[in-house]
Amino acid sequence: MNDAIKGIRLVTRREFIRNTGLAGGGLILAAHFSGCSTDQELPGGDFAPNVYVNLLESGDVEIVCHRSEMGQGIRTSVLQVIADEMEADWDRVKLLQATGDAKYGDQNTDGSTSIRKQFDLLRNAGAVARHMLVLAAAEVWGVPASECIGQNHAVHHAASGRSLGYGELAGQAATLSLPEKVEFKSPEDYRYIGKPMDTVDGMAFTVGSAAFGIDTVLPGMLYASIERCPVVGGTLVSVDDTATRAIAGVVDVIQLGDGTSPPVFNPLGGVAVLASNTWSAQKGREALNIKWDLGANASYDSDAYREQLESSVHNEGSVVLSRGDVDAALSGAAKTLEATYYAPHLSQAPMEPPAAVARINADGTCEVWACTQDPQTAQGVVAGALGIEPAQVTINVTLLGGAFGRKSKPDFIAEAALLAKKAGKPVKVTWTREDDIRHGYFHSVSAQYLRGSIDADGKVTAWHQRTAFPSINSTFGPSDGPGGGELGLGCIDNPYAIENMKIESCKAAAHVRIGWLRSVSNVYHAFAASSFADELAHLAGRDAKDFLLELIGPDRHVNPADSGAEYDNYGHDIAEHPIDTARLKGVLAEAAKMADWGRTLPAGHGLGIAVHRSFLGYVATAAEVSVSDTGELKVEELWTAVDAGTVVNPDRVRAQMEGAGIFGMSLAMHGQITAKAGAIVQGNFNSYRVIRMSEAPKAINVHIIPSQAKPCGVGEPGVPPVAPAICNAIFAATGKRVRELPLRNVKLA
Amino acid sequence: MTIDININGKALTLDADPDMPLLWAIRDLAGMTGTKFGCGKALCGACTVHVDGQPVLSCAYPVSAAAGKAVTTIEGLSADGNHPVQVAWRELNVPQCGYCQPGQIMAAVALLDKNPTPTDEDIDNAMSGNICRCGTYTRIRAAIHKAAGVKS
Ligand code: FES
Ligand code: FES
Repeated sequence: MNDAIKGIRLVTRREFIRNTGLAGGGLILAAHFSGCSTDQELPGGDFAPNVYVNLLESGDVEIVCHRSEMGQGIRTSVLQVIADEMEADWDRVKLLQATGDAKYGDQNTDGSTSIRKQFDLLRNAGAVARHMLVLAAAEVWGVPASECIGQNHAVHHAASGRSLGYGELAGQAATLSLPEKVEFKSPEDYRYIGKPMDTVDGMAFTVGSAAFGIDTVLPGMLYASIERCPVVGGTLVSVDDTATRAIAGVVDVIQLGDGTSPPVFNPLGGVAVLASNTWSAQKGREALNIKWDLGANASYDSDAYREQLESSVHNEGSVVLSRGDVDAALSGAAKTLEATYYAPHLSQAPMEPPAAVARINADGTCEVWACTQDPQTAQGVVAGALGIEPAQVTINVTLLGGAFGRKSKPDFIAEAALLAKKAGKPVKVTWTREDDIRHGYFHSVSAQYLRGSIDADGKVTAWHQRTAFPSINSTFGPSDGPGGGELGLGCIDNPYAIENMKIESCKAAAHVRIGWLRSVSNVYHAFAASSFADELAHLAGRDAKDFLLELIGPDRHVNPADSGAEYDNYGHDIAEHPIDTARLKGVLAEAAKMADWGRTLPAGHGLGIAVHRSFLGYVATAAEVSVSDTGELKVEELWTAVDAGTVVNPDRVRAQMEGAGIFGMSLAMHGQITAKAGAIVQGNFNSYRVIRMSEAPKAINVHIIPSQAKPCGVGEPGVPPVAPAICNAIFAATGKRVRELPLRNVKLA
Repeated sequence: MTIDININGKALTLDADPDMPLLWAIRDLAGMTGTKFGCGKALCGACTVHVDGQPVLSCAYPVSAAAGKAVTTIEGLSADGNHPVQVAWRELNVPQCGYCQPGQIMAAVALLDKNPTPTDEDIDNAMSGNICRCGTYTRIRAAIHKAAGVKS
């Protein structure tokens, strides 16, 4: 088609009527010659080139966020990426939250994946829209598309000085077929990507209108509180609810049956009290008189289990990585060292406990409002619980008041759905804090055994590590120890330049539900490896930071497969996302510089440092601590350097590193879940302590390494280096080596 | 029993168990969900509201004790979200998940009402009852200083 003919287009009957006010007959042919006019008659209508973008005729743009917002700022970041590639005006874009639906692709907001895995998908969503709007304008003007650009909510043709707004072009663009491939903007033209855009929910957060899962209210809704068996795998023997039913506000008592083995994402069962308000439901629940058969896990005692785990790592396991000859190197070494590290179970304890509302509609379909990280899995689990098809379940995703891995498990959502069905009314299930801390999916308890050697020059010649922890796999089926994926979280991906290395995986059975917690196995693997590296530095009589830089060794790409390990690199091709020692050393050197490493410190103060790659991101943290004569520990200040590749919102990356500093401090100093007779001992924030304002460091300094590399994970990688940095700082301050967490169990004086 | 209470300038008559914590009366009976449940045991500060201008943990404060008093929740702090503390919170992008922030803001406002120019130590003392699991503490400190600066 030549350009002259391109200028001729069909005007539809509808347009003819609208533009002329006359009801003419059929279709007429109208000719528009390029350059003759800028007020074209354009077809009206909206333009939705994909499921993420809908450009309205008015020019406003609806952008869909299909990922869950739990504090990482993803709603803002999604908007930034799509609006940027679309060249949409920030003031004309509106964010809509997606329901759970396979049409959006992967919605599981877990594993720090939103940007690292979907940056191109989001860019494409915006770029396709821009591309088609440009084609539409070119068609209208009868000029080559290559002469037009989409910029700031309009398409411009520089040669003729014409412009058409995106809204005007929407209907025309909607008539075009989707392009096979589009060009992304070049990074220097980014408008929003890489800029510290304000959080889209900022106003809602500060005026109390932000709606979380716990905030959903439906007409006629009942409020439920559920008493569950204190031990996983236990069963209900009998319940006397006489006293409960006498309490004002209580409407019904409903048995939910028992949990399943393996637990998967199914409800734990128990007895639910339904009432006209939360308080009556909780009071009614307290008045229940229940007999349980506690089952096989009633023998679980976390102190005894610790001994088992430690003995497990003092015996041979299965070799998962091996190079050189560790035993020969150790026997011929100038100095050797061995150490065992222990870290307990943890609870995610998001500030908003699990909460969900469900309603069964007259046609048997189910609608849910929930703070879920994974709405498609929730859809499947709810459908399974109700015996209906996933397509009959709508999951509305609310804001999440924190999640940290807890809300990727939809057991609490299935509870609401089951109760709504049984009660014949909409039901809100609200977990109490005690429910959250006692009936969670816990971070694994772990033991690590490390053996190492150095030669006469202080160079590390052998590294032998054994790791044992109950696997997340145990939640889904039989499992007697670490899963392959978990070993890739900070263990077999060891980046140190050591000739002889052996890593073994040792047995560990699960007696509670095990689940993900922010940065998962990286927590204990980094704690052990980064502490042991510091121990070796001391053995060699070297500065910890210089020693660590040498231990990481020359600039290179490390591939665990070269040492026989099966490594999945967070689901990414290792050629695209290598374990890059230059980047690892880069953040380490930067954090040391920020902390003014090597400076003279006041008495009782110490500086420690650790560096770790996880979820493809590189983070180093230096910590300054003080330890008083009475052994009182204070984390004075943290310095964190992060290389996360391309960064969408530097302010949110900074916030994630600040938050990771506090999260890491909580688990380092206070975090522990223990069990006696199979039941969890802790119950609320007095027994499961987390960092408070008075313990927060005076500053958490963050530096983001400028980079145009592919984006890496951000939400989790800040956590792993924090605990070992603090423990290494304690050693620097006191000479006391910490090999177990939390620190509150360790006497420092 | 029926309890007369004034929430955010509105006179309400609630039909409530006198022992019901004010938190649940506000959320479930009055239908205002800005005030949050975090622990139910006076351990986290998420439920902080003002009763006659004083900060209280509404999860541990019976609704009957608020009878005849004026309760202010996050929704009633300002007409347009422009209390200096709210503004400072947005300017420094304090919230991460946002869940603890109504309680943090109400506690911060109460602190500034009593002490218009708090030191870091004053802030630590006044704000340590408010947990933020997302770890926004350093920004909260900065935002309180900022709001103190603009308070006349
Ligand atoms: S909910 Fe009241 S202090 Fe935690
Ligand atoms: S912002 Fe999430 S708990 Fe404070």
